[in-house]
Amino acid sequence: MSAPSIATKIPIPPTPPDEKLVTGGLRFSDVTNVVAEVTEQKTPRNWYIAFAFALTLLGVFGVSVLWLLWEGTGVWGLAQPVGWAWDITNFVFWVGIGHAGTLISAILFLFRQKWRTSINRAAEAMTIFAVICALMFPGLHVGRIWMAYYMFPLPNQMGMWPNFRSPLLWDVFAVGTYFTVSLLFWFVGLIPDLATLRDRAKTKVRAMVLGLLSLGWRGSMRHWINYEKAYLILAGISTPLVLSVHTIVSFDFATSVIPGWHTTIFPPYFVAGAIFSGFAMVVSLMVITRQVFGMKDLVTLGHLEKMNIIILVTGTMVGYAYAMEFFIAWYSGSLYERYAFINRAFGPYAWAYWTMITCNVISPQFFWFKRFRRSIPVMFVLSIMVNIGMWFERFVIIVTSLHRDYLPGAWGYFMPTIWDMGLFIGSFGLFFTLFVLFIRFLPVIAISEVKGVMPEADPHHHAEGVEEKAPLRTAEVG
Amino acid sequence: MAKERLLVAEFDTPADIVHAAELLTAEGYKRFDAHTPFPVHGLDKAMKIPKSKLGWIVFGHGAVGAIGGFALQAWSSTVAYPMIIGGKPYLSFQAFVPVTFALTILLSAFGAVFGMLFLNGLPRWNHPMLNSRHTARMTDDKFYISVESRDPLFDENRTRELLEKAGGKRIAILEAP
Repeated sequence: MSAPSIATKIPIPPTPPDEKLVTGGLRFSDVTNVVAEVTEQKTPRNWYIAFAFALTLLGVFGVSVLWLLWEGTGVWGLAQPVGWAWDITNFVFWVGIGHAGTLISAILFLFRQKWRTSINRAAEAMTIFAVICALMFPGLHVGRIWMAYYMFPLPNQMGMWPNFRSPLLWDVFAVGTYFTVSLLFWFVGLIPDLATLRDRAKTKVRAMVLGLLSLGWRGSMRHWINYEKAYLILAGISTPLVLSVHTIVSFDFATSVIPGWHTTIFPPYFVAGAIFSGFAMVVSLMVITRQVFGMKDLVTLGHLEKMNIIILVTGTMVGYAYAMEFFIAWYSGSLYERYAFINRAFGPYAWAYWTMITCNVISPQFFWFKRFRRSIPVMFVLSIMVNIGMWFERFVIIVTSLHRDYLPGAWGYFMPTIWDMGLFIGSFGLFFTLFVLFIRFLPVIAISEVKGVMPEADPHHHAEGVEEKAPLRTAEVG
Repeated sequence: MAKERLLVAEFDTPADIVHAAELLTAEGYKRFDAHTPFPVHGLDKAMKIPKSKLGWIVFGHGAVGAIGGFALQAWSSTVAYPMIIGGKPYLSFQAFVPVTFALTILLSAFGAVFGMLFLNGLPRWNHPMLNSRHTARMTDDKFYISVESRDPLFDENRTRELLEKAGGKRIAILEAP
């Protein structure tokens, strides 16, 4: 940055349209209107269609869960030697999806990436819903779910305590904390926006419900001081948390002695993969949401392009990790380790492995080109491919490592049953139902945060004498 | 307790409200507040708001989470239910790091959110600012100054004049019901 004394006097030419955080010459009240009207209008017909679709899938989930509880985990394709298959794949998949939300809300906040404000609300919601989906799977996989409380350190008549040396118990605490903290962070961000909706409410019931939820927020500057501090602290503690969650998830594998799992690269590799898949999910969802609700001036192509760059970077990191796993397998000199990787790429599950490579390593490379980074159809297709690829990554890691370990006599081949599939597809129903309800009833964009990053929000901004269409931006002081 | 009364004035831009707050502070007003749709930077200095004490609350909570989390694991694995698992010692403290960390974060987050609400005196559903539609745009695009009648300098006419001088519009008295 140049010296402030000169910089404040020299007007900087108007920002190119794609670099402005809010385009279309919106004012504060326009931001309020665009976001709030979505929750206030008559429910559009398309919403009912989307909701019906989501509920149908949720029904599939319900049936799959009921049948599972009635019959036991034998309805799944799990059998020795593959005792963890789709359920843990789905668990890791959904937890990973969640990570982008926290990355956007916490890490980008700490790095003062102002563009995050238009997507952080939806991304945080996505985090919470994805973690709910994730928690279903280990919860159901315990088989006798009425015993699930064994996982918590609760005093009981048997005098038993959980084994805190187990990575599976670490997961309970890591993912449980992650869910709780994400929910709190999300709610704190919602308070001022719920107050905005409250102050616009037309009916008494609506005003009361929103009034209760907004906790009597009155935009007091004396409150904002503590609020901003809380927000900063939550961002600060969420950052190590989000990095730790997938690290601990990877410990489920890395602390075992199975060839293909017992590697030290897992924690960073899982975290990169989580961010990769999470951003892909955010792109998929935001492309649809901004289209449906006409929020193209708030979620701009510039925002989407930035996310695509993150997808490219993390995708390449994941590709590097795949290569490094192979190298270390060879370099280790361990026969079992070498076999595990040769078997991954050329064994009975080669189809899954190459699907993963195609989707995760090759497809994001298109984002080297600006034309593709800024093309809605391209980014939509690629983001879906990345999500497919990341599901296969977990499947490959879990199933190919388990199905052939040390003793050839104990080898096997895992095939999913219809109930495996029902539960997985159904979990999308749970996710979509929650997401569709969210975009209908809550502000999908953080209204107060977007206003806060607009140039007009700066007390030193002087719009007088400047054309409305092309506001002059003066360099920030300090 | 006497009824809470507020004299409120409306402003259009962040610059105006910072200016008005500076004016009130210079006159010596203490019990006044600004109501804005987003935190206006520089307004805290203009109002002479002290730094938030929230960090200390969070630190206390985090410390309880860290010490309590480790103590829970150490006690349950050595005293309450000692078991040899994987040939590890009872107090295998390295394995207790992840849960200790998670509980530290969890308690810190509780401290941050509930501490923030505590410091702000929220939830509070009954407040003069909330009982009138007059200031409904405080969460949209307008900026308000509210001066409490409890302020020793408060005088309905003189304070009103001051707010007018600062450029305040739609000046009105708001009362708790």
